[in-house]
Amino acid sequence: MPTGGQGLLKERVVQPSSRRQTTSVFGNLDWFTVLLYFVLVALGWMNIYAVVYSPDNVVNIFSFDINSGRQLTFIATGVILMIVLLVVDYKVYEHLAFPIYGGIILLLLFTLAVANPVAGSRSWLDLGGGFRLQPAELAKFATALAISKYLSQVSLRQQKMKDQMILAAITFLPAVIIILQNETGSALVFGAFILAFFREGMSPLILIIGGSAAAIFILTLLVPKLYLLIGIAALMGLAMFLDYRLMRRFKTMIALFVLVIGMVFSVDYFVNDVLQPHQQNRIKALINPEADPLGYGWNVTQSKIAIGSGGFWGKGFLEGTQTKFDFVPEQSTDFIFCTIGEEHGWVGSTILIALFLLLMMRIVYIAERQKSVFGRTYGYCVVSVIFFHFVINVGMTIGLAPVVGIPLPFFSYGGSSLWSFTILLFILLAIDANRNRELVR
Amino acid sequence: MNYLENRKYVIQAIFLAVGIVYALRLFYIQVVDSSYKQAAETNAIKTVIQYPFRGLIYDRNGDLLVQNTPVYDLMIVPKEARNIDTLRLASMLDITIEDARERFKKARAYSWVKPSIFQQMLSTEDFAHIQDNLIDFPGFYINARTARGYPHRSLGHALGYIAEISPKQLEDSTYAGYRPGDYIGKAGIEMAYEKYLMGKRGVKYKMVNVRGIDKGSFKDGAYDTLSVAGQNMVSTIDLDLQAYGEHLMNGAKGSIVAIEPKTGEILAYISAPFYDPNLFTGKDYGKNYMTLLQDPDKTMFNRPIMADRNPPGSIFKLTQALIALEDGVINPNTTYACNKSLVNCHPHPSPLDLRGAVQHSCNPWFFQAYKALINQGKSKNTFTDTSLGLKDWREHVLTFGFGKKLGIDIPGEKSGIIASTDLYDRVYGKNRWKYSTIYSLSIGQGELGVTPLQMANFMAIVANKGYYVTPHLIRSIGEDGKPLAENYERHYTSVKPHHFDPIIEGMAEVVRAGTARRANLSKVGITVCGKTGTAQNPQGPDHAVFVAFAPMEDPKIAIAVYVEHGKWGGQSAAPIAGLMIEKYLTDTVTIKEQEKWVLSREYLNIKSK
Repeated sequence: MPTGGQGLLKERVVQPSSRRQTTSVFGNLDWFTVLLYFVLVALGWMNIYAVVYSPDNVVNIFSFDINSGRQLTFIATGVILMIVLLVVDYKVYEHLAFPIYGGIILLLLFTLAVANPVAGSRSWLDLGGGFRLQPAELAKFATALAISKYLSQVSLRQQKMKDQMILAAITFLPAVIIILQNETGSALVFGAFILAFFREGMSPLILIIGGSAAAIFILTLLVPKLYLLIGIAALMGLAMFLDYRLMRRFKTMIALFVLVIGMVFSVDYFVNDVLQPHQQNRIKALINPEADPLGYGWNVTQSKIAIGSGGFWGKGFLEGTQTKFDFVPEQSTDFIFCTIGEEHGWVGSTILIALFLLLMMRIVYIAERQKSVFGRTYGYCVVSVIFFHFVINVGMTIGLAPVVGIPLPFFSYGGSSLWSFTILLFILLAIDANRNRELVR
Repeated sequence: MNYLENRKYVIQAIFLAVGIVYALRLFYIQVVDSSYKQAAETNAIKTVIQYPFRGLIYDRNGDLLVQNTPVYDLMIVPKEARNIDTLRLASMLDITIEDARERFKKARAYSWVKPSIFQQMLSTEDFAHIQDNLIDFPGFYINARTARGYPHRSLGHALGYIAEISPKQLEDSTYAGYRPGDYIGKAGIEMAYEKYLMGKRGVKYKMVNVRGIDKGSFKDGAYDTLSVAGQNMVSTIDLDLQAYGEHLMNGAKGSIVAIEPKTGEILAYISAPFYDPNLFTGKDYGKNYMTLLQDPDKTMFNRPIMADRNPPGSIFKLTQALIALEDGVINPNTTYACNKSLVNCHPHPSPLDLRGAVQHSCNPWFFQAYKALINQGKSKNTFTDTSLGLKDWREHVLTFGFGKKLGIDIPGEKSGIIASTDLYDRVYGKNRWKYSTIYSLSIGQGELGVTPLQMANFMAIVANKGYYVTPHLIRSIGEDGKPLAENYERHYTSVKPHHFDPIIEGMAEVVRAGTARRANLSKVGITVCGKTGTAQNPQGPDHAVFVAFAPMEDPKIAIAVYVEHGKWGGQSAAPIAGLMIEKYLTDTVTIKEQEKWVLSREYLNIKSK
């Protein structure tokens, strides 16, 4: 350690960053993200009111008889929650990652065992006094913590089969339990962690194969099988024609094509014979909602009509006609985006999309400035979950994604969902606010 | 590490790509493809409002005061109103073609697609005629509603009226839940009890396609609400007495207020000239309202509670005597001479004690009694002494309900004026005024203003010997018929009960052998206690006042009659009060000669003094 003038000089250089490094967690908090959070929550609250608003029977927005009033209490509780998350010692999240994960797994199993089915789902835990909790929502942040903790100990690049298997188990164990609870939609979210794995060194091939498989899956349902196979063969031929290296792997390519043929047929079989009727309907609704507009296509048809009728500027706040009275079911939860589309038009919808993109870009930025692998991985896990919800939720309302009952983060009505995303995001902000205390590994 | 860090760009690119694809897809659905907008229109939900029945109002004997009658509004949806023969429409509705065009403009300005009222409150006959022709007028339809109806022609000022809610009220958050075109109480009982009378609107949701063709109720009526009728009410008014009072006041100007002393229930509430409340229903409401508002006799002026600029005259002598008794500056046997050098008087025996002074309304007597009350010698300085005395006196007066709003249950009440030290200090300057400045108060003239309601209430106080119940027009709300507790609270004056006895005895003499013999009902065995008064009027003939209660032994009615330009209380107001009292207590009228006298209006021709 140098002494005298040198030390003083060094201190002066360090000054700007050490000033930011105040002792208060709120001093280092990423207020831009906090602002985005509150903007989304407030907009969501207003739209929840717009859904129940009827000019013939006006109820105050704060009234507890309607969703907007109740949402306000969820928001208030959310604020308390976030303050608690910020003032708790940030090290807890890393040190207790596995115990938290284990606890949540037990809670999921417990719920599966005791829950009374609500609309076919066994995912709700009755807390008494009219309060219900959906532990599947809590599983998101718990799994994200566990994944981050595990990845901070091993490196994916080392390609050890055992480590990869353990990681996969951590990720998919909660998903399996949630599927058993009959909440397939929530379980699909766990697939989103693939983005975080990709960032931490997973082979891009998996991402490409996964993406291609998803594309082929959807295309199988949209395009006649023969055309699809011809199209894929043509594409592969073109690829080989452009890249001579692929030519040399001709046998591999043939094997790949056979695999695609097998997949196309098995998807067909899977959808028609394996999936449960309501799951089949959701997928069929995506393909052709007009086929049975009053049956399984109802949601998608009505949702597109609502959004489409909004036009460029929208009909104005509370002026919507299509998003009232459950014309579109699940109006204030899963289909809240329709209200934006109808009342605020293309401009409003695009602004909302931009807000979400801004939030996600910001989280990536926050993740990248973490000094610890744990912090960075957790940041990517958060953005993965938000991204998945955003893609599916908005996508299903405009007919680009299957109807999966998952809410729009921070926006949809519901306490469990709002709190779950609040926890997810503010653990990250707590870790981020303390990032300068972390030593570089 | 660097190699992996670059992967963040891949991830961000995925985010951006999804965002752009979604924005483009939305642009296609929302802006490019118009089929969704058409689909939305076929999806439309029409709301059908079910107007609730407004609460009915009954009088104290169960006679109907206010009912609902069916009326029909002609509605227009501008978007659907194409190729309208405006000339034929105008002639059908009996309006000018310019008027019809104006209404089209107004409807379009309100909304292109939402219905608005084109012609309100058509009668059943008009409706039948128009309904037959409506097929030629697309975009028009009839909306059935109820309006207020009155099976009598009385009580307009107390009942008030309902009318379309004003744009200003619509902006006021107090009226949240009202919509343009809704009806709301605008005056009187209709306004004061709006929240009970209005009931709750019902809404039915119907699915209709783009042409408005009914496709059945939405979701089997799961969101429909039934209208809830407003609550019925029982008024304190006696309709027979009210109608009789209006009959007596027909052609005159002034007020009658009759109160049941023990309960504060208003039995009759007359503001003359009065109007038929039926004028305020039906399609000519606006025209009728303007006519009444502009008439020189100020028909719309709610005299019993608003005419507070007039001095009460001699009836106030009773108040002065009661306060003087309470303060101990006089006793029932105090005698004063009728010294006309103090203040002018008319011929009568002299000197008089308290009862005699009340009976003969001796001005000098009250000049001297009031002087004793005001100048009690609490200060050696005569100015200060007067000021102290007036302050003390005013406190007593206010307990009688003068100089403040009594709190009757209809809006618009005025408080009246009672002279105060502040007022005189302002006019004359501090310590610049003394008893000789203010002595006219002693005989009820000067800086005094009392509403007819306050006069009637004062009679209730005397009848009750010291307390009043806030005068009110509504006894109960709803089916249980329980009286509204808040309307029956007692307010005590600062004067002890026994001081009222000599006053009451003097008042009995006024009717038996004094200035108000025209109110005498001894023929039918009723002792009426009363007091006449004259309110000086610089603009013309004096106004006449008479206040009374009866029967003396067990008062059932207290009454104030105020006749503008009636000159002498005894000649004009007293016989009206006598007739009203007899009508109420015995349900018949035997003093026919008084009725004839009142109806002849000859009292207006008596030469003034």
